[in-house]
Amino acid sequence: MLKFALKRVGLALLTLWVIITLTFLLMHNIPGNPFAQEGTMPKAVYENLQSYYNLDKPLLVQYGLYLQSLLQLDFGPSLKSSSISVNDYIKSGFPVSLHLGTQAMLIAITFGLIFGVIASLNRNKWPDYLSMVLAIIGISVPNFILATILINYFAVEWQLFPVATWKSWSHTVLPSIALAMMPMAYIARLMRSSMLEVLSQDYILTAKAKGLSRNKVILKHAIRNAMLPVVTVLGILIANLVTGSFIIESIFGIPGMGEMFVKGIFNRDYPVILGSTIFYSAILIFLILIVDLAYTWIDPRIKISGERK
Amino acid sequence: MKKNLARSLIFLLSIVFVLSGCFGGGTNNESTPEESADPGEKTEETGPKILRLNNSSEPGSLHPGTAQGTHDSWILEHAFEGLTKKTPEGEIIPGMAREWETSEDGLTWTFHLRDDIKWSNGDPVTAADFEYAWKYALNPESASTYAYQLYYLEGGQEFNEGKADEDQVGVTAEDDQTLVVKLAQPTPYFLDLTSFYTYYPISQKVQEENPKWYQEAESYVSNGAFKLTEWKHKESMKLEKNEHYYEQDKIKLDEVHFVIIDDENTAWQMYQAGELDLVYPLPQDVQGQLLANNDPEFVKGPDLAVYYFNFNNEVKPFNNPKVRKALSMAIDRQTIVEHVAQGGQIPAYSVVPPGIPDVSGDYQENTGNLFEENLDEAKKLLEEGLAEEGMDQLPNFTLTYNTSEGHKAIAEAVQEMWRKNLGVEMTLENVEFQVKLDREKAGDYTISRAGWVGDYVDPMTFIDLWVTDGPYNDANWSNPEYDKLVEVAKTTMDQEERMNAMHEAEKILMDEMPILPVYFYTKPFTVKPHVTGVYTPINSYPQFIYADIE
Repeated sequence: MLKFALKRVGLALLTLWVIITLTFLLMHNIPGNPFAQEGTMPKAVYENLQSYYNLDKPLLVQYGLYLQSLLQLDFGPSLKSSSISVNDYIKSGFPVSLHLGTQAMLIAITFGLIFGVIASLNRNKWPDYLSMVLAIIGISVPNFILATILINYFAVEWQLFPVATWKSWSHTVLPSIALAMMPMAYIARLMRSSMLEVLSQDYILTAKAKGLSRNKVILKHAIRNAMLPVVTVLGILIANLVTGSFIIESIFGIPGMGEMFVKGIFNRDYPVILGSTIFYSAILIFLILIVDLAYTWIDPRIKISGERK
Repeated sequence: MKKNLARSLIFLLSIVFVLSGCFGGGTNNESTPEESADPGEKTEETGPKILRLNNSSEPGSLHPGTAQGTHDSWILEHAFEGLTKKTPEGEIIPGMAREWETSEDGLTWTFHLRDDIKWSNGDPVTAADFEYAWKYALNPESASTYAYQLYYLEGGQEFNEGKADEDQVGVTAEDDQTLVVKLAQPTPYFLDLTSFYTYYPISQKVQEENPKWYQEAESYVSNGAFKLTEWKHKESMKLEKNEHYYEQDKIKLDEVHFVIIDDENTAWQMYQAGELDLVYPLPQDVQGQLLANNDPEFVKGPDLAVYYFNFNNEVKPFNNPKVRKALSMAIDRQTIVEHVAQGGQIPAYSVVPPGIPDVSGDYQENTGNLFEENLDEAKKLLEEGLAEEGMDQLPNFTLTYNTSEGHKAIAEAVQEMWRKNLGVEMTLENVEFQVKLDREKAGDYTISRAGWVGDYVDPMTFIDLWVTDGPYNDANWSNPEYDKLVEVAKTTMDQEERMNAMHEAEKILMDEMPILPVYFYTKPFTVKPHVTGVYTPINSYPQFIYADIE
């Protein structure tokens, strides 16, 4: 197990390095320039900016400088803000996005599993149709529309919650729901189909034939086995949720890190693009690693290949 | 095997709980709900007077020397004050300077500062602070984007280019209250510039003690009507009345609270729910509705900006003025403004927007319409123009705009008008803003959408754009006569001669139509009836220095 984990960590670092290098090269090769603006910019002003941020140096030197500062965990300055660095962005934004994402994930997992199980046990009856209609709505209605509807009714019309900003717990309710809908629907559908598959397996029949009660069969045999596919996607879902959603954060005025990904690209803010990509990749790689390790723990039939050797 | 169910459940939930336990609860602002902007909050007459606004983006820099753009300047204009300032009517009046005089050649300006002016930390504001601030912005090491706003100073451009010394820059503090400014050439609108934020002073003492003073509210020092007392990055800002301001009895507001929300719809919904007192900018469809309903809270502020299309004058047949003119005459600007843009914009039949004073009256009014929309004439011109270029019909071409719902709607309207009126087919193409700028600079486009916001209140800020090889002449147009008139306007101090030269130049421009003006922007915003005294200078956001809450 330890050998496996070490190997995976080494592989993760290598993956990160490849991502950094690729992003660095791609970023410098897309059209556009961080300092371009509609209007006159005298040559001297442009050159001063370039040299201030070391962008006038050869690409290889810039790459070296970046890796060097990265080793000291310094993601560099933002080219668009002289007040907050990329580290500040992450330090102040990540806890907020994490908080929001966690709440959304709790809602999504809880209700997603419940809906999925209910639907599968009542196949082709009304609870099934209801859950799946909800799930289809959840998947097909974009979350910015859902967010706008939530704000319009719960905040403007009925004044139950504040419209936007991030100040108290009541400010977090609407964005959490808006963010949870998609993953919830996804989990519900996945859980339903996986449950149906498991329920048709021979060992379920065996369990029933043994004379186990329906509840025991479902709880101890069906759900456990049906959950594996859900665990598989969980790593990616969690990584997406906790690193922030640009749309939801922008609509609700939440100072998370979701905007880093989108605005960094729009502004060609090189350090922000790199910082957010590296950070996201690191989290994703970490979560996938955990999920992989968890497989063996949940289902002992799955063996780690490295372990046998 | 039985343990496995429990294991899987534990695993699912533990990831979430562990994450939330580690980071979620402890590190966020959940625990500080002390100050709320809840719908119920109302300003009592006895309580402090608080104005609540939205700044649609985190300011990039709140340092006058490196600030650029409205998200920075809206805060700076209320926290700082330059040598001069403007009345709500747009008249330039003394600010930090009590009076000033000009030498006969217009090159030397001497400003005498007030003696009761202080920084928000209580230190006196001196002429040396101005000298220091201007040289700071011009210093190549500061990498200031707006340094060129100070190129009017003698030696300013050379210093910024690294070709001259700091000592050669034409600004000197003769004593604590006398600032002598030497200009590179006579600049009739220099006084207007001294109210612009790049010309604000900074405290030399503060800057030298803590070069990062402007990054956090705790160390922020300014000299204007308000001071910055709280700045939660990307979240909110708080301004409070500056008790050291020399005219503090004229300031009625106690505090101004900004939230930072970049979604226009959300800001509008917060306004509807009573969480904001003033919203700018508004969503496009909301503007249209408010305008149509004659909403009393809706204000159509003036703006110093023009929306236009560039013709690439190096692409056949758009090198032919007749073709360009025909296209310009064949769109219905009134319809675009009323039904597409919907913000009460003004159809443009010239390029310099209204609101700039002429020798007498308004410059744009004196200009009048320099061309008219006329379909028959347009068809005739198109035919003639194409014949001159040896073509019998306009080949399919592309109009490029930067991705935005608003630009898309206008481009589609123009596409339809040209198809209907001239039988001309074209393709629309949206690209990222940065890509559009790149392609314009490279001449890799046929027609492109553009907009220009004036830097200062003088027609020159627009006329200057289309001189031969000018840095923003993306149309690649060139006309020696035009260049000559611009040169005349730039070098003479005689107001009448200047204005005449610019009027003449604008006529040539609209006669040749290297660009196609569509409309002059407005600044539509809404403000609650209990807020009074907000005014909109032509080249900045709504100002609330003298605002009051009743």
